[in-house]
Amino acid sequence: MEDKLQPIIGKLEKEFGGTACEYRGEVSLTIPAEKIVAACQQLHDLGFELLSALTAVDYWPQEAPRFHVIYQFTSVTSNLVLTLRVPVPGINPSLPTVSHIYRSANWRERELWDMFGIKFQGHPDLRRILMPADWEGHPLRKDYPLGYEEPQFTFNFEEINQRKPYAKE
Amino acid sequence: MGVEQKLGNMGIATTTLEQAVAWSRTNAMWPMLFGLACCAIEMMSAQAAHYDMSRFGMELMRPSPRQSDLMIVAGRVSRKMAPVLRRLYDQMPEPKWVISMGDCASCGGVFNNYAIMQGVDEVVPVDVYVAGCPPRPEALIHGVLTLYEKVRGMKFAEIKK
Repeated sequence: MEDKLQPIIGKLEKEFGGTACEYRGEVSLTIPAEKIVAACQQLHDLGFELLSALTAVDYWPQEAPRFHVIYQFTSVTSNLVLTLRVPVPGINPSLPTVSHIYRSANWRERELWDMFGIKFQGHPDLRRILMPADWEGHPLRKDYPLGYEEPQFTFNFEEINQRKPYAKE
Repeated sequence: MGVEQKLGNMGIATTTLEQAVAWSRTNAMWPMLFGLACCAIEMMSAQAAHYDMSRFGMELMRPSPRQSDLMIVAGRVSRKMAPVLRRLYDQMPEPKWVISMGDCASCGGVFNNYAIMQGVDEVVPVDVYVAGCPPRPEALIHGVLTLYEKVRGMKFAEIKK
C-alpha cells in the first residue's frame, strides 16, 4: 500500500467502518450504503478530485446482497487511487446520489439505473441513458435473458423463418 | 458527305424503354452509406482507389437519403438505431434498394443479445445479403453486381409509384 494512502484508509475505517483489502496494489474499502455520501464528501475534501469510475457488479445468485456498487476515486495531485465498494440488496435497490459532490456521477448513476435498476435517491434527472426510453428490464442483471431471438441454423431455419418479423415495404 | 451517312456510322440499337431505363439505373446508382461498424471500413476500401467501385457507376457515397437509391447497411444495427434506419429508408425516393452487408446486418452475426437487431430485414426489406465478417471489398462489389442483375430485370410494374 502507498505510504500516503495509509492515513486516509485509517481515517475512513475509523469513521465509516468496514475493512480495507488490497489486491495487486489496488486498495478497496467496503462501506455500508447509508454512509456513502459522507465518505464521498470526506474523500473529496481529502484531495480525491476525480471520480474516475462508478460501476456495479451483480453477484446473483452466489452472494446475498447481490449488487456491489463500486466507486473509484483518483487523486491527480497526490497520485493515489482508492476504491469504495457498497453492497446493495436486490429487492428495491437504491442508494443516495453523490452527483452533487462529483458532477461526473450524474451520467454514471443514470447508467447504473439503466443497466442494473439501482435507483439513486436525489438524482436530478434519473432517466435511461443507453437503452431506448421505453425499454423494459435492466440488461446487465444476471437474471436478464441472454439472447433475444433464437439463432437460425439449417435444422431450424424454416421454423424460425415463419415467425421472424420481416419488414414490409 | 451528308448527314445520312454519318447517322449510318453511329449505328442504331433497338430496345424497350423498360430495358433502357433499367440499364441506365445500374450505371448511375447512388448509394447511401450506412456505416455502423467494421464493415464500413471495407465499404470505404471498396470505394477507394484500390478497388474503385466507381467502375460500376458509383462515384460517391451519399450521406443524404434524398439523393440516393441504394442503402448499404454495413454493420450491426442496434435496437436504438433501428427507427433511425427505417426513417432514412423512408426518406429515400423510389425506386430504392437495400444491400445488407456482413453477417451482423444480415442475421445478427455473433451478437445474439438484447441490444442488436437479429437481421436488418426486420426493419427494411433487403434485396441482397452479402456474407462475411466483414466481407472483403470484392464481396461487396459482387453483391452490388448481383443487385444490378436484379435491377436490370425489373419491370416498371414492380416498382412502387
